[in-house]
Amino acid sequence: MSVQKAAYLQYVEKSAKKSPLVLDCTKAFFVGGSICLIGQLLKNLYTGWGISEENVNALVPSSIVLLTAILTAIGLFDQLAKFGGAGTLVPISGFANAVVAPAIDNKAEGWVLGLGAKIFIIAGPVILYGTLASVIYGVVYWVMGLL
Amino acid sequence: MKELLYAFLIGGALCAVAQVLVDKTKLTPARILVAYVVSGVILTALGLYEPLVKLAGAGATVPLTGFGYSLAKGVEQAVNERGLIGAITGGLTATAAGITASLILAVGAALISRSKPR
Repeated sequence: MSVQKAAYLQYVEKSAKKSPLVLDCTKAFFVGGSICLIGQLLKNLYTGWGISEENVNALVPSSIVLLTAILTAIGLFDQLAKFGGAGTLVPISGFANAVVAPAIDNKAEGWVLGLGAKIFIIAGPVILYGTLASVIYGVVYWVMGLL
Repeated sequence: MKELLYAFLIGGALCAVAQVLVDKTKLTPARILVAYVVSGVILTALGLYEPLVKLAGAGATVPLTGFGYSLAKGVEQAVNERGLIGAITGGLTATAAGITASLILAVGAALISRSKPR
């Protein structure tokens, strides 16, 4: 590497904007924590209504998905995501946004290969590798039951 | 009251860990989501995630690791009930609500709103 290039890389390193890790993490912590807190409040609310645990476990993520879909459709989710970073990504809101946003953006490309295909651009890998891992675990779990 | 606090703290902590990954590595959001779901399945299989769910409730189930937890618990239940065939039915059955809600609401959102220039 030439001296010039080394010096240049050093210069880039120095002037590249440092991502404020602590601030980012604090924001992610509060936004993500708040979304989970809303989830727990909904869980308590539904349980209080006498809904069975199994149904509550289906209703809570569905409710957060619904809230995310509304916020995405009116354009507020993007702003929240810019602020919260991983705090909006990691909860099920991130998954929901990754399905809803491409649906809105790619509708013009057509219903089949536009919306139909693009809604899986992030959800697809998540569902694929999650399911794959669960099948492997299921087989292992079954074998262990035989022993 | 205690469960609300733990839901906030554990949920927040799982997100803060992901933020470190976003800032410190070149992992794209899609890769982080995949990593979280698969981690959730593995941690549940090892019996490490269940205690977190007991402690933090939605703080552990709402993050995508909780999606992995649902996949793994669904497979366990289905294998107990149906044997080996449960390994291929349990995961998606247990997570059907979240996936289906996302899909139909995405179509609904696309019907009522149009994309904005960014």
